[in-house]
Amino acid sequence: MTVLVHGNTKILVQGITGEAGAFHTKNSLAYGTMMVGGVTPGKGGQVTESGVPVFDTVAAAKKATGATASVVYVPAAFAADAICEAIEAELELVVAITEGIPVADMALVRNYMHGSKTRLIGPNCPGIITPVTDKSGCKIGIMPAYIHRPGKIGIVSRSGTLTYEAVWQVTSAGMGQSTCIGIGGDPIKGLDFIDCLELFQNDSGTEGIIMIGEIGGSAEEEACEFIQSHVKKPIVGFIAGATAPPGKRMGHAGAIISGGKGTAADKKTAMKRAGVHVCDTPSVLGATMKKVLGR
Amino acid sequence: MNIHEYQAKEVLARYGVPVPQGIPCDTPAQCRQAFSDLGGGLAVVKAQIHAGGRGKAGGVKLVRSAEEAEKVAQDLIGKTLVTPQTGPEGRVVRKLYVTQGADIAREMYLAVAMDRTARAPVVIAAAEGGVDIEQLAHDKPEALLRVAVHPVKGILPNQIRRICFHLGLKGNEMKSGAKVLQGLMDAFMATDASLAEINPLITTKGGDVMALDAKFSFDDNALFRHKDIAAYRDINEEDPKEVEAKKFDLNYIALSGNIGCMVNGAGLAMATMDVIQQKGGSPANFLDVGGGANKQQVTNAFKILLSDANVKGILVNIFGGIMKCDTIAEGVIAAAREVKLSVPLVVRLEGTNVDLGRKLLQESKLDLQTAVSLDEAAEKIVKAAGAHR
Repeated sequence: MTVLVHGNTKILVQGITGEAGAFHTKNSLAYGTMMVGGVTPGKGGQVTESGVPVFDTVAAAKKATGATASVVYVPAAFAADAICEAIEAELELVVAITEGIPVADMALVRNYMHGSKTRLIGPNCPGIITPVTDKSGCKIGIMPAYIHRPGKIGIVSRSGTLTYEAVWQVTSAGMGQSTCIGIGGDPIKGLDFIDCLELFQNDSGTEGIIMIGEIGGSAEEEACEFIQSHVKKPIVGFIAGATAPPGKRMGHAGAIISGGKGTAADKKTAMKRAGVHVCDTPSVLGATMKKVLGR
Repeated sequence: MNIHEYQAKEVLARYGVPVPQGIPCDTPAQCRQAFSDLGGGLAVVKAQIHAGGRGKAGGVKLVRSAEEAEKVAQDLIGKTLVTPQTGPEGRVVRKLYVTQGADIAREMYLAVAMDRTARAPVVIAAAEGGVDIEQLAHDKPEALLRVAVHPVKGILPNQIRRICFHLGLKGNEMKSGAKVLQGLMDAFMATDASLAEINPLITTKGGDVMALDAKFSFDDNALFRHKDIAAYRDINEEDPKEVEAKKFDLNYIALSGNIGCMVNGAGLAMATMDVIQQKGGSPANFLDVGGGANKQQVTNAFKILLSDANVKGILVNIFGGIMKCDTIAEGVIAAAREVKLSVPLVVRLEGTNVDLGRKLLQESKLDLQTAVSLDEAAEKIVKAAGAHR
């Protein structure tokens, strides 16, 4: 079992003819992921170098291919509209990779999502991956495929490269991943920690969870309350940004300590109280998980 | 992006929020003229820096004559103001704002901020103003009213009324207050602001409501669609190294430590800073070179790190994903040669083609150390930097 996506998930690529869209679609295809169609308005009828048919609209692409998910590589200025188009076409899952979308646009997207069944991952995230074999699986996003192995550890993270760090350690320790979800570093986004923790808790294929947070906001603290009452599986955690000074935005639009709130210390305390095995350095995430699972 | 008070008041005035008349000035002579142009009587000379707490630091002066305005300006221009928000190094005053004095009846607090939990702008209002709002929130949380505004439709009349009542506005002040709130919300939403703060908002003895001070921050990601706002940028208010980094699409933030770090990804960059500190060192910066860093970017990043005189060692920590480790290694080698690296360097590579990358580094004959884990890398650079000084 896995969460949200599996080996047979059919995916559309919004912005497939752009540089990023074309490059990462090629990588996903090489990993055996079913990238069944692309969307670029005005380029409908073309076929990409990778052999993927292009459509003018998400609705047309969905109808022709039976896709249930899409990945968004559309440039920031137009990305929110692209996400809304996918919501309107009633796709089950939309993964927004695009970085730098204005916050007000994401507020509009969240408002647009009211009453819809679409689930959004991102924006400003590496995406989601479910490894099926050592060399193939469902890869929706920009993560390097080869570091993943099928296994029973679920990973949820606000940071891209820190996710890779955790994945690589889990793989090196001989464990493997059920599904890895990068929820992204923006202040207003789709799925948050709680949503992902709930999915992993209910997934029979996940035995342990790695949760990687960072400074800013209160999503980690809220997740910890949820963990106490709902999550029975062991969780290993890390929070980045203990040395970040207040008021400075650390790269991610959401990573800022403001009004003395959202510090790494507060988040680590909340995690410990909720029974999360907190690591002081990301170098020991894999080893800690191995120990916690008694292997 | 932050802007100056005089610019924030220009924005507010454009959306119908009453502000005292004022004239931005660069010289004492201009301040003298401004005093007269504003009609004489009572005026306020205000230092324009991107930080609050100016009054207590001596950056806001009441003046009663053109001569006094000129003299105060002579003292202020070029002076370094240190406030709780500037840090110990302070900020140099380059611009002044001369405004008409106001007959203040009462001071209040009004702000709008983009709220991640509400996923919408939230108005924050208090009947007490001119105060440190974080202190007030801590001491008397019930004094603050928070109202979430619809992110598309904007503020509703009933919300405006609720906020005005909470501010304690009465009679004619209600109408004037409603205009301020509508204008503030319109300005906030039309400019993609992330924070707009009026502290204090005042009532005058004549029953008007106006913004005596104003502060705006904008969403950097939305500046592409607000050329007028982007033009307000004042690079004097930014760290020169950060300005330089922005030119090369590098995400750099200067800190006060002595170990420069170059990392890909914001989360990993923060974690690298954290581990340096755990090993007894102190990070000189945050630097995310991004997912697609090339040789040129690595070279530019090295130059920026080395332009900081405090830097006694550099740690490169790259998890090669899409970017291959051998490409990164080539970039590091070329950059280290080009900038004639003068401080110890530790490189930790992991990910795609890592063996090839490590081999290239070893064969380069450069004076550098390699590490397998982040912990090991941090230990090595802290030790090397300590020995270097």
